[in-house]
Amino acid sequence: MTQAIDYHAILPELILAGTIVLVLLVDAFVERRSWVAMPLGLAGVLAALVATLTLIGADRSTFDGAFRVDDFAVLFKVFFLTVAVVVLAISLRYFRDAKLYQGEYYFLLLTSFLGAVMMPSSRDLLVLFIALELVSAPGFLMAAFRKGSLRSNEAGLKFFLIGVLSTAVMLYGMSLMYGVTGTTNLQQIGIALGRDLAPAEETLALAAILLIMVGFGFKVSAVPFQFWAPDTYEGSPVPVAAFLATASKAAGFAGLLQLMFVAFAAEYAFWAPIFAVLSILTMTIGNFVALQQTQAVRLLAYSSIAQAGYMLLPFALATADAGLNREAFAAATNYLLIYAVMTLGAFAVVTALARESRALPISDFAGLARRAPLMAVAMTVFMVSLAGIPPMGGFWAKFFVFRAAIDRGGIGVALAVIMVLNSVVSIWYYLAIPRAMIFQEPERERPFAAPALVTGVTFLAMVAVLAIGVYPELVAHFPPLSTLVGR
Amino acid sequence: MSTWERSAITVATLLPLVGAVVIALVPRDRDRLVRGLGILFTGAAMVVAIALAVDFDYGAGGGLQFELDTRWIPAISARYHVGIDGISLPLWVLTFVLSFLCAVYTWRFVPSPGKTKAFLALTLLLETGMAGTFIAFDLVLFFIFWELVLVPMYFLIGIWGSANREYAAIKFFLYTLFGSVFMLLGFLAMYFKSSPHTFDIVQLQAYGAGGGFTRTFQLIVFGAVALGFAVKVPMWPFHTWLPDAHTEAPTIGSVLLAGIMLKMGTYGFVRIALPILPEGAKAYAPWIGALAAIAIVYAALACLAQKDLKRLIAFSSVGHMGFVMLGIATLTEIGINAAIFGMVAHGLITGMLFFCVGSVYDRYHTRMIAELGGGLMQKLPYLGGVFTFVAIASLGLPGLAGFWGEVMALLSAYRPAPVLADQLTLFRAFMIAGGIGTILTAGYFLWMIQRVNMGTVPERWRESPFPDVLAVEWVSWVPLLVSIVALGLFPRLLIGITDGPVRALMGLFGG
Repeated sequence: MTQAIDYHAILPELILAGTIVLVLLVDAFVERRSWVAMPLGLAGVLAALVATLTLIGADRSTFDGAFRVDDFAVLFKVFFLTVAVVVLAISLRYFRDAKLYQGEYYFLLLTSFLGAVMMPSSRDLLVLFIALELVSAPGFLMAAFRKGSLRSNEAGLKFFLIGVLSTAVMLYGMSLMYGVTGTTNLQQIGIALGRDLAPAEETLALAAILLIMVGFGFKVSAVPFQFWAPDTYEGSPVPVAAFLATASKAAGFAGLLQLMFVAFAAEYAFWAPIFAVLSILTMTIGNFVALQQTQAVRLLAYSSIAQAGYMLLPFALATADAGLNREAFAAATNYLLIYAVMTLGAFAVVTALARESRALPISDFAGLARRAPLMAVAMTVFMVSLAGIPPMGGFWAKFFVFRAAIDRGGIGVALAVIMVLNSVVSIWYYLAIPRAMIFQEPERERPFAAPALVTGVTFLAMVAVLAIGVYPELVAHFPPLSTLVGR
Repeated sequence: MSTWERSAITVATLLPLVGAVVIALVPRDRDRLVRGLGILFTGAAMVVAIALAVDFDYGAGGGLQFELDTRWIPAISARYHVGIDGISLPLWVLTFVLSFLCAVYTWRFVPSPGKTKAFLALTLLLETGMAGTFIAFDLVLFFIFWELVLVPMYFLIGIWGSANREYAAIKFFLYTLFGSVFMLLGFLAMYFKSSPHTFDIVQLQAYGAGGGFTRTFQLIVFGAVALGFAVKVPMWPFHTWLPDAHTEAPTIGSVLLAGIMLKMGTYGFVRIALPILPEGAKAYAPWIGALAAIAIVYAALACLAQKDLKRLIAFSSVGHMGFVMLGIATLTEIGINAAIFGMVAHGLITGMLFFCVGSVYDRYHTRMIAELGGGLMQKLPYLGGVFTFVAIASLGLPGLAGFWGEVMALLSAYRPAPVLADQLTLFRAFMIAGGIGTILTAGYFLWMIQRVNMGTVPERWRESPFPDVLAVEWVSWVPLLVSIVALGLFPRLLIGITDGPVRALMGLFGG
């Protein structure tokens, strides 16, 4: 511990932490205008974003290698901060209209994002754990933020119980892993596992990996650990559901990617088949249950489960070949980024609709094409994109996964076939909302008023989805970033 | 190469897309302006396409012209590679002509519930997708254009269709998507098995012709790719989406669906599946031939049983595409020329048939043969005359366009490619089945003419003041009618264009 702290490397986190304190303080002193927490938070997030941009191309490490800033970390930090901007933007009117505590909400939200931003830099089990808990713990409270609503309370409680359980399981796995390898550093663990372990140690290591996988399984809502997600998403305030479906899930994946492809890479023969099963179950069950949904947020929740299944698929492709692993790693990363854009867009539209429809049944989308053409077109783009139809961004997300799977051959081909069948099934429910918006007549004729911020965010997300769709090179540059693997 | 040569196809293909965006930005109450813009953009694209066709070097044989090969997505080595040859030129030009005629038709006829703006924007988007499919020489680019047609067609059927539209729309979407996702996996497999890895169709053809792919690989991948094409064609038994989609779609949706979209599937066979995977083609040819023969007979029998005029035409499409597939399955020069001829002829004739049915429906507000009750020739002599003429063209009367595709396909089945010599008996059986099919086809069309066009006007319609063929209809129909006669009298007009590249293809199958 002789090393000095590299303050530049942790600057984004410092700015964010400072903002969080400020938001909390300011909220105590402004009585009537508690919404100022939002612009304040937004400014902090943007400042952190700028700080992160100064780190592009850097390769810095501090706290004895437990915290590292490299291309992978910067990519995810930029991603999380952008998500934060979007979630903040769609929160403002929602929380003002719903008359919920605003200062506390923004405090909690930013704390979660602080954890998310730390996550991709965490190269140590301890830091990883702290980051993950920093993401989750405020989430429990945010899910239950509509205090008057029984559903929201249920959402928070369910999320809390499952979250704590998964944390305990994961922590147990981490402690076992430390017992076997004698280190908490991910790279060191990778080296230790790469050596020949005694049979007893080997068993213990595998058990540790399994426990950690179960813990993360809850976080990314993989089947059979998914059952909390639909209830929690439905009960939470819509912007919080957006946060859970994107940032929270992405944080889980960012951690999982590093653990599996860096720390536990040597044991791929053990965990890759497990991921194959998880992935198949998650996408299939997610899709088939989604077919039955009649409520918009639940539909998106099951969609996000199915999409998690697609994102888990690259994990099942891991081999001893670093080139193939890199490709799988890049496919998962790309999928995550593109998925987040379309999902955020969809949630933005739902947030706008939540102002006039509390329960948000899909039938309340009826006739939106007439009342708000831009929103309807954007929502159609998001839904078609989530289904993976060109020329939308979502197609490329799937394309990268297919590509990695076919390149892998063997089990990869089988998984790809299952995934394409799932994509075909998914189009049915993804078109449910466009069907209602476009084919059905509106119940009320008055124009649909969406807050300007929400409209702006929706429009930008639509442009992004289309831009990625036409010119995927925009995101395809990220694969070279996955130098993390095979180093 | 001049800028014109490099950019002509791209400009023509993307003009409708630009038009779609422009139309989307026009205020929705400017209805006339929207329709005018539709005609303007499809017309401009058509002019470019025809200028290109005039400039096309017909003596060059195979090989791509107006080629543009530039970087697009280096990360996955997909390139923007477009070009045109004798096989794609007729279909590509047909796309623009039919789309333009549809836009003209829309000047007068916008199906219920209106919304002209969205209707035309989607039609233009569809046009770009269809045209792009015929010029893409990169598998990824091909796939993007291929899938681009799904969403607009889904909405065209789902919004402007008749009673059962939502069911038909989603069925169309699910079927086509089901096929095409397997096609995509097949494309990826080709990419990874070629060396150096490439999505380029021309390079893959060279690699495939050189025996680069193993037989087992070809069998599997041909199956995956053919599934995508077969659903689109559609080949029996993947055809069940088609009668629903055709019947429910608005008139110009049906025209474009029958006229062009189905050809994307058969074109895919000729452009991608056959040349890149010749061993697979050889192995699957008897099966494709068998399905084609079944389709011909089955569709004819199904037509005899139809009560809805539009559904009858839809099923007749299945039969006509059966002839196209039979020609392809023989792997012979004459067979594939027959297939391309059949595609173009079917595009003109069946497109025209759907126009006629649309106009009949516009007057009578019914498509049920029993309710129409005959006497169309008496009631509306011009419309009845045109309809009769086109129906006769469709049943394959010599001297009209429908004849050549069918008779050449049957001829080619008599003597399939040398590589299929051991299947000779089988292909002759297909020929006989096809022959029976032509008789049945003549039968159901004549019966239809007898029930709809002939006879006396029933009591209920006698006083109805129906207008006969309108000026707008003449404008959109005459080019098609003229082409049907011209191709019937001078088949060399088309075969002369296609024969060069087809012959180049034939080296693969010992022809």
